[in-house]
Amino acid sequence: MRFEHSATFNPIDQLKVIGHPTSRIEGPLKTTGTAPYAYERHDVVANQAYGYVVGAAIGKGRIAAIDLDAAKAAPGVLTIVTADSAGKLGKGARNAAPLLGGPEIAHYHQAVAVVVAGTFEQARAAAQLVRIDYVKGDGKFDLAAERDSVSIPDPTIGGPADTAVGDFASAFVAAPVQLDATYTTPDQGHAMMEPHASIAAWDGDKLTIWTSNQMIAWGAEDMAKTLGIPKENVRLVSPHIGGGFGGKLFLRADVLLAALGARAAGRPVKVALQRPLMFNNTTHRPATIQRIRIGAERDGRITAIGHESWSGNVSEGEPDMAVSQTRLLYAGANRMTATRLATLDLPEGNAMRAPGEASGMMALEIAIDELVDKLGIDPVALRIANDTQVDPEHPKRRFSQRQLVQCLNEGAARFGWSKRNAKPGQVRDGRWLVGMGVAAAFRNNLVTKSAARVRLDQQGRVTVETDMTDIGTGSYTIIAQTAAEMMGVPLEKVGVRLGDSDFPVSCGSGGQWGGNNSTAGVYAACTKLRETIAQKLGFNSEEAVFADGAVRSGNRSVPLAHAAGAGDLVAEDAIEYGDLAKTYQQSTFGAHFVEVGVDADTAEIRVRRMLAVCAAGRILNPKAARSQVIGAMTMGVGAALMEDLVVDKRHGLFVNHDLAGYEVPVHADIPHQDMIFLDETDPISSPMKAKGVAELGICGVAAAVANAVHNATGVRVREYPITLDKLLEWLDVD
Amino acid sequence: MAKVSFDVNGETHQFELDTRTTLLDALREHLHLTGTKKGCDHGQCGACTVIVDGRRINSCLTLAVMHQGDEITTIEGLGTPDALHPLQAAFVEHDGYQCGYCTPGQICSAVAVLAEVKAGIPSHVTTDLNAPVRLTNAELRERMSGNICRCGAYSNIAEAISAVAGRSA
Ligand code: FES
Ligand code: FES
Repeated sequence: MRFEHSATFNPIDQLKVIGHPTSRIEGPLKTTGTAPYAYERHDVVANQAYGYVVGAAIGKGRIAAIDLDAAKAAPGVLTIVTADSAGKLGKGARNAAPLLGGPEIAHYHQAVAVVVAGTFEQARAAAQLVRIDYVKGDGKFDLAAERDSVSIPDPTIGGPADTAVGDFASAFVAAPVQLDATYTTPDQGHAMMEPHASIAAWDGDKLTIWTSNQMIAWGAEDMAKTLGIPKENVRLVSPHIGGGFGGKLFLRADVLLAALGARAAGRPVKVALQRPLMFNNTTHRPATIQRIRIGAERDGRITAIGHESWSGNVSEGEPDMAVSQTRLLYAGANRMTATRLATLDLPEGNAMRAPGEASGMMALEIAIDELVDKLGIDPVALRIANDTQVDPEHPKRRFSQRQLVQCLNEGAARFGWSKRNAKPGQVRDGRWLVGMGVAAAFRNNLVTKSAARVRLDQQGRVTVETDMTDIGTGSYTIIAQTAAEMMGVPLEKVGVRLGDSDFPVSCGSGGQWGGNNSTAGVYAACTKLRETIAQKLGFNSEEAVFADGAVRSGNRSVPLAHAAGAGDLVAEDAIEYGDLAKTYQQSTFGAHFVEVGVDADTAEIRVRRMLAVCAAGRILNPKAARSQVIGAMTMGVGAALMEDLVVDKRHGLFVNHDLAGYEVPVHADIPHQDMIFLDETDPISSPMKAKGVAELGICGVAAAVANAVHNATGVRVREYPITLDKLLEWLDVD
Repeated sequence: MAKVSFDVNGETHQFELDTRTTLLDALREHLHLTGTKKGCDHGQCGACTVIVDGRRINSCLTLAVMHQGDEITTIEGLGTPDALHPLQAAFVEHDGYQCGYCTPGQICSAVAVLAEVKAGIPSHVTTDLNAPVRLTNAELRERMSGNICRCGAYSNIAEAISAVAGRSA
């Protein structure tokens, strides 16, 4: 099905099932420990051996010699695979650094060997006996030091390296009010709770991998390419995924090493990346240095806005597109952005929840707050004054929907924003200095092809199959809701099977595109199935109404199951998009409000209240969507206050590479969170009229926290995370 | 190798185990009770929380052979998809999870937290050691802080636990 024109009334608009806060259909499995994750598939294949990964102990250089004798002789060891014994390997199109290193080492903890043994304990013990002599090379590990030797990167999905409209330089100099500030964001880790894990089994030259991956088709394709085998010979299965946040978008070392280990051992092998290996072995959100310049009239209207960002990556890696929202969020006639990329020898940087906007909004939304200080205008009012209903770079191109102003106003009213004291450092609650902060939320909505297969059986049950994944997003549930709405059956009559490369290729989970596109693909397949059923039952498919488990037209009604009387009816289709995404700018909007307390003596920062108001198209399931947003708000608090992969600039690694050292928010860090969606349907996005929410929720949160800290204390911190040491020297401690 | 036997969810199991086997791996790899999760294997995340003789512990931080004769309850022992424990049902109702990987640990912890409060066991944030312990917002969040949820379902988890405890979060 091609989606070329604005959606009109369709069966989804009945909202009998869609739009309801249905509990997750897989909830009883997840809460009883019976939803099987990758490493747990004792049921799929017998005789599984255990692989333990050895990671490189240098950040850059090569292996001079590797001695496996002691490890091979250790009890229970079946085989050890290194680059020497792996055979010729290719590299997946979406991997920058090779997944198996040696002799060249691209980054710290790059996998260099997998030790396979009969038990986990044996494999782990033997892995400690692998002896490697390294020759250390000179690596570049310091982004700030490389700032002057950067390159101009090729355009990415996030945009070109340079953009310009009007004459930024002159307009900025001429502006009566100017802001010029530089911000930094650190490297951050996904730290999803389920480690990357895979079980691989060969049957002749056919390979099956039970894994934990957000993008099944990408994974299968890159696995085949890496091993140099036909794509048809690789099957990936990933029905439950214990979190991803971008860290499981791509083929990672667990998949490759399980496959290589299984081939060498001649039996199935399972591999989970050890937690302390994950932070340096896999990808991370790259650190940025961002310079923002804004020129404004005294009434607050922005006349010039410029955003430059520097980030680093391994060669072949891409920059963090931190400037991308600045091209679209606020009005202003004169604009520029620039993205520069340093080559670093740290682990590979890549997508993490809202890549680009997450780090960009951390900086931009502090900058707006700093402009507030200069102008003496309310932060909510200043943002509203600079709203634009058109793409500022292409004024003929409208936003399909843009309720930023409504989000800000609604949020301000609900949060009690009018009670905020504009002068920092004035509000005390016992030993706490109390402040409020606001930030806009912004993230683009991406449309991409997505396919599904739908089956009707003789019991009137509908089964959906698609390689779409559920990484905690609620895919199972919203897909079931979509099929139930389309076929006119109750939710209990729908079965959903996900995450298998044998199923039609979906959009997968990433870039907050999963919800809208995957359900639109199911909509397309269901539309086709409705036609097949109508034909079979002798109805005019235009007039047939699918409701209450029956098909009806005029006064004739036939139970749906009858259509499958002679055998299952199956339909497969995909949603494909025309150029509505070019004609209109599709984005999602929100506003974050945060209240913090800062201990007047210790500078300890506590988040006291949080509210997000979001406008993101039709909300297919308000319960699951709300969870996506509060989860993102939580991650935003982490970004604001604690998350920081600390770089050892001598040895080239992230030092705090486990869950004790890399701090993420825990229960005690997060208060009750309020979150509301504004009413919105976006007929430009898809027949579902939905958009993404999962990444919108993180964009701006950290800046709202930072702005609240400033309001509480008067201290402006421009280097994330905002830890108490950065406040202490400024606080008037007596 | 060493012999050990303990009860899991009311059933006695005999093992002959590599002495290096953690309780977590005994459950997951030997009994195939994979509801208990491995998030870090280092006592840093709480995904492996189980209840041993009424007390919650990180099962990755204890060796199986240390549990001769113990009574162990895992997530599978609390309820089943058709007969959910009240906390399991509350997690579903309040969407106290997303990816579900931390969830068994959160639920086992929550079961134990409610018991700890009932037994009057104080925590780091208990202000009055002589008064009966009350499950305030601060108490609940402090006691649950050993269970990381990277999906960030904390606010909903607090509501689920509070609903079962008969209070508001
Ligand atoms: S697996 Fe035991 S605490 Fe993380
Ligand atoms: S539900 Fe995913 S980590 Fe808690």
